[in-house]
Amino acid sequence: MPTTALPRTQPAITSFEQTFNDWAWEDATALIHSRTAADVERALQNPTRDLRDFAALISPAAAPYLERMAALANQATLRRFGRVIQLYAPLYLSNECQNICTYCGFSMDNALERKTLNPAEILRETEVLKAMGYEHVLLVTGEANRSVGMPYFEQAFNLLRPHFSQLSLEVQPLEEQDYRRLTELGLHSVLVYQETYRQETYKVHHPKGRKSSFAYRLDTPDRLGRAGVHKIGLGVLIGLEDWRSDSFFTAMHLRYLSRTYWRTKYSISFPRLRPHAGGLQPTSIMSDRELVQLITAYRLLDPDVELSLSTRETERFRDNVIPLGVTTFSAGSKTNPGGYACAEESLEQFEISDERSPAEVAAVIRKSGYQPVWKDWDRGYVG
Amino acid sequence: MELLRIAEKTFESRLFTGTGKFSSNSVMEAALLASGTELVTVALRRVDVDGALLRKQTGAAKAGHQDEMLRHLRHPSFNLLPNTSGVRNAREAIYAAQLAREALGTHWLKLEIHPDPRYLMPDAVETLNAARELVRDDFVVLPYVHADPVLCKQLEEVGCAAVMPLGSPIGSNRGLQSRAFLEIIIEQAGIPVIVDAGIGRPSDAALALEMGADAVLVNTAIAVAHDPVRMADAFRLAVMAGRLAYESGVPAERLHAEASSPLTAFLDA
Repeated sequence: MPTTALPRTQPAITSFEQTFNDWAWEDATALIHSRTAADVERALQNPTRDLRDFAALISPAAAPYLERMAALANQATLRRFGRVIQLYAPLYLSNECQNICTYCGFSMDNALERKTLNPAEILRETEVLKAMGYEHVLLVTGEANRSVGMPYFEQAFNLLRPHFSQLSLEVQPLEEQDYRRLTELGLHSVLVYQETYRQETYKVHHPKGRKSSFAYRLDTPDRLGRAGVHKIGLGVLIGLEDWRSDSFFTAMHLRYLSRTYWRTKYSISFPRLRPHAGGLQPTSIMSDRELVQLITAYRLLDPDVELSLSTRETERFRDNVIPLGVTTFSAGSKTNPGGYACAEESLEQFEISDERSPAEVAAVIRKSGYQPVWKDWDRGYVG
Repeated sequence: MELLRIAEKTFESRLFTGTGKFSSNSVMEAALLASGTELVTVALRRVDVDGALLRKQTGAAKAGHQDEMLRHLRHPSFNLLPNTSGVRNAREAIYAAQLAREALGTHWLKLEIHPDPRYLMPDAVETLNAARELVRDDFVVLPYVHADPVLCKQLEEVGCAAVMPLGSPIGSNRGLQSRAFLEIIIEQAGIPVIVDAGIGRPSDAALALEMGADAVLVNTAIAVAHDPVRMADAFRLAVMAGRLAYESGVPAERLHAEASSPLTAFLDA
């Protein structure tokens, strides 16, 4: 073992809350809506772009520039990522949840059979995912701290690590030392979506459970950064609030994090809340055109951020955005615990729009002139 | 043209290549063949390590997606150069190097340690520490570093087989932005200097070779070209031209014509 000559310097502890509190929601909205065609032109011409440029690119004023934004996003993505799309699958471990979230199938007040996979069931899911070719999986749960807490996660990581090259997590926010511990056990990335950055709206949609604390959730990426997790995934649930303002705050969060935790990678997702019978109706509906505007704006703001698109989106939309800046796809996803090994499709978190198999999606990626990549990490890489 | 010698191997081609960012493994294979390259770097994290180990132990190929990339690289002219891209410190790099040696059956290694995933800037301190350990462990170490002349001498002293200073940020296609420092490194080096990263055009590659760099490593510029195979051929020709020019003696640049010698003319009078 080598001796590291210098101790790693520890930066002062900071928090996004300080930056966040400098901005009122209304100010962000006003900034975006006051952008003009000249601001958009300037944003497109700048070799590096800041938050004001991003505000211009997501503003209504940028709508006529969509084709140019797409061309620039395509070039920037090719330079940084090449002609490849990474594939991953979500692995739902549990739908037990003690939160009430107005938009989620797992919400505590939903009459739904609750299920947490035991080790044998996890291995059965593993077998199916491996047969599909997966090397990267995203472990997903609700929030049930007593039955699905750190001891459960440690057990799951020990069980899964020998089978997959990359393990990511989308579960309740944890403490810094928990993230450190899981990183030692092979954790690569953590996704933690703020859902919305507007506090009043957040309270309406998260009335009960630990998730009702806006501040604790907002602070989670800082804990992840300090714990040295390799990649942090951000995003909002599009439809809870005005997507432009929420995306502006997401971008602000991304900027703050990438300057503070410069050893960490970042990814962004943009799940859209879909109107469906009996479910929560979105307060603002984002069109396909607007989602393309957002995807390309993120790419033009940050050439290095990974952009991920799930099976919530339709086949047609997913097939067509491959060259526009997206870097990561899920495919063949099941959003219920045990969904891969058992045929039954109840207990789902959300409905899937793109139901094609991973092999079919990979074939479409290849047909678009891109290479599907299944493995881009090795379980031996532990920090 | 002179052969390039690094450790126990000699190379006719001075164009080293990468394997990332291609639209498919077949396009990659065709482009690498067109480039004439004899040294191809592969990120360990993209390799199906289990499959490679299994094949080594039992001779049986495992069915799967990942194995496919290595299959496209099995040509007598290609030597594999595993790299440690993705590791953040010396400890991880050493682990990855050992895994690469085991799985790919080569003790050659491109040592890359970049704790910064954004610009992939190499960490000089961790790289020097890891290089020292890996040389002791009989690896042929080619470290990816900043164009830092002192660091390059230190890496030479700990026994690296070559150094790979960057021309500009990786993937940026910005050419030889570090030219002034590369010139010092080339002048001082007792081991081969391979300019890595940032070479966006064949003319950048030709320039590096004209300056006396021993080789260049090119990936993005070939992989994301509209026609990667023809671009690979363009780089092959540019590298040959640059080297030929270097061996023939590139005339020095002059800012002013030297028509007369007014200060010393009196000596001839």
